[in-house]
Amino acid sequence: MPKTTTVLLCGVGGQGTILAADVLARVAMESGLQVKISEIHGMAQRGGAVTTVVRFGEEVRSMVTGTGSSDVIVSFETTEALRNLPFLSKEGKLIVSDEQIKPLPVATGNAQMPAFAQKRLEDIGAVLVPAHQLAVQAGTAKASNIVLLGALAQALPFETTVWEKVISERVPVKFVDANINAFRLGYSAV
Amino acid sequence: MELLSGNEAIARGAWEAGATVGVAYPGTPSTETMEQFATMEGVYAEWCVNEKVAVEVGIGASAAGARVLATMKHVGVNVAADPLFTAAYTGVNGGLVVLAADDPGMYSSQNEQDSHFYAKAAAIPMLDPADSQEALEFTRAAYDVSEEFDVPVFIRSSVRVSHTKTPVTLGEKNLYTPKEYKKDPSKWVMMPAFAKPRRKVQLERLSRLKEWVETCPFNKVFLQDTKIGVVCAGAVYQHVSEALPNASVFKLGVTYPLPKEALKSFASQVDTLFVVEEASNYLSDSVKALGIDVADFSLPLPRDGELSPGLIRTAFGLPQPESFDAQNDVPGRPPALCPGCPHRVVFKELSRLKAIVTGDIGCYTLGALPPLSAMHTCVDMGASVSMAHGFELVLKNTDHAPVVAVIGDSTFAHSGLSSLISTVYNKGTGTVCVLDNRTTAMTGRQGNPFNGETLQKRPSRELDLEGVVRALGVEDVRTVDPYDVQAVRENLKSATSSEDLSVLVFRRPCVLLERVRNTPFVVTPDCRACGVCATLGCPAISKDRETGIASIDSSLCIGCGQCAQYCSFNAICEGGSHA
Repeated sequence: MPKTTTVLLCGVGGQGTILAADVLARVAMESGLQVKISEIHGMAQRGGAVTTVVRFGEEVRSMVTGTGSSDVIVSFETTEALRNLPFLSKEGKLIVSDEQIKPLPVATGNAQMPAFAQKRLEDIGAVLVPAHQLAVQAGTAKASNIVLLGALAQALPFETTVWEKVISERVPVKFVDANINAFRLGYSAV
Repeated sequence: MELLSGNEAIARGAWEAGATVGVAYPGTPSTETMEQFATMEGVYAEWCVNEKVAVEVGIGASAAGARVLATMKHVGVNVAADPLFTAAYTGVNGGLVVLAADDPGMYSSQNEQDSHFYAKAAAIPMLDPADSQEALEFTRAAYDVSEEFDVPVFIRSSVRVSHTKTPVTLGEKNLYTPKEYKKDPSKWVMMPAFAKPRRKVQLERLSRLKEWVETCPFNKVFLQDTKIGVVCAGAVYQHVSEALPNASVFKLGVTYPLPKEALKSFASQVDTLFVVEEASNYLSDSVKALGIDVADFSLPLPRDGELSPGLIRTAFGLPQPESFDAQNDVPGRPPALCPGCPHRVVFKELSRLKAIVTGDIGCYTLGALPPLSAMHTCVDMGASVSMAHGFELVLKNTDHAPVVAVIGDSTFAHSGLSSLISTVYNKGTGTVCVLDNRTTAMTGRQGNPFNGETLQKRPSRELDLEGVVRALGVEDVRTVDPYDVQAVRENLKSATSSEDLSVLVFRRPCVLLERVRNTPFVVTPDCRACGVCATLGCPAISKDRETGIASIDSSLCIGCGQCAQYCSFNAICEGGSHA
């Protein structure tokens, strides 16, 4: 069976992982590949941990990933990157926003954030992206997800023109320029 | 090619088949199916008050001659089971297709029951698509099966079919001419005299379905290496073909009834036959019952939760790829009520009252989690009201904490009203809190009778919640603003200390409806680190682990002011700015 590429996008409900996954899947499709995106809706969206899996290739069977099976993990937050580490292939790439969002048990004083998260991620070869800062620079803080797609684009074989075309089609019209800027800033950041 | 979720594809398939009536109650992972169907040209679609009503409206529309789509989550099928079992006797006029969307792994459900058992129990054929293309094709074809065999047809999906987007080639819309309605009591009046002959019709139909399923185009056999043969269906087929790329596979597109002869023939062509399925033993038990030997795995498959290619590889004794160790210092990230959620203060106050809170299904079930930790029970839609009555029956005449039922507006309309009628009728006591946030929030903000919004934005009648409750005979009915801490506290206190049954309606729109953002609040240097504000469980509030001093994240705070009312030191006030 030909090789299927697996990208796991993880973060916190409301961070825009689903839109990012949708853009990635459409880029793969426009590039002539088969694709599957698996999302989780419902209760998890209320500020809980969320993951979306995009798989593409000449042929795609399962829509989920497993331990050691993701070629790329794009994490929108450092704690979620650590949580999802077991899903990364030993040869995989890890792209992480340097943002840190406290889960409720930490905010209420009943748990602690993991120690030295950024350093631990860097030690295993993660690329840390100042996604929030670059998104603000691009024109809207909401485009952190598109900044991360820019960083992801460096790791995947798709043309930047295809990425930019799909992004333009999938974001609100008045935010197209900011999102294209965000994509380019993310692309140049790694 | 269009990138469609399984749910969108099911809606498209129904539309292409000429379905013109859609009925549903929202529920993850089924909800988007009816939302999508409602946008299609020439259809009528509505949210019904619950799944039983939806299926009954559907049976009526089918009898009248239209093709009908009814959609629901797995536990919704429980609610709709009553009409479904008898619709399997009456049969249909226009085709009737019912989506049962299962949630193995319980991403957004209270159990992971397997809807296959309903197909078998009710003798209703069930099709199991494995991706969006099949979801469209099977649904479209299901209408022909429904009319040919005069029976409703189940489409069964799971969260990984419903919520996975895959490319789909769309088809053309059929020109379907609605059937003519003819009065026929022997078919539609299921009293014993007519039901007995219809039972025979059902059995005779089942024999014909069993014959049809042997050669129907929905089952597919992939004969490869014949050492291992696997029987599977739905999303699990995708995992199997990934985990065991060389194995021979019998992919069931119809999971009820099973093709006995075709399966026997497959079994005879492979050395060892396995059945791979998630959430139950429905398939393996059914295949064994056909007299086919089913082998055991090297290591048993998990009987709960979802399957994945990795879990299947393990069951077949195959190695797993190398991986990083799980990091054991990662804090959990449970979902939480949104900043500004109108449910928060009610739960905080119930927690202070140490009430026995019987809960219900919706966002507000999150009131069970720390730090609010207010809810004691949650079983099914409407159970809050009836379980509270059960608690009162046993605890009355004892020195007990107040018993309070908590239910959302949509859930109250779904099943809470009938529970309340029963409590009133039996002279029950206790307190019922209806958290009316003007929407069906958890499933994505759908309309319901108490907000008067319909699926296709048709004119509606907004029901008067307090008026309905008063009309039932409840005398103590109050309306309270859940942002007003003092009012919530006083009303809960007086209602729970009275002997009478009381209904408190806490009314404020869900913060996700209009997304109003007022000036954020800030913590001033007057903070004494008492920690009370953090016990509200608002995602915008945190306290420093060392000093205990509170802080408010201005990017999350919507300026609701709930926390400021709890601060004894006036250390929380308006004045921040949104980041």
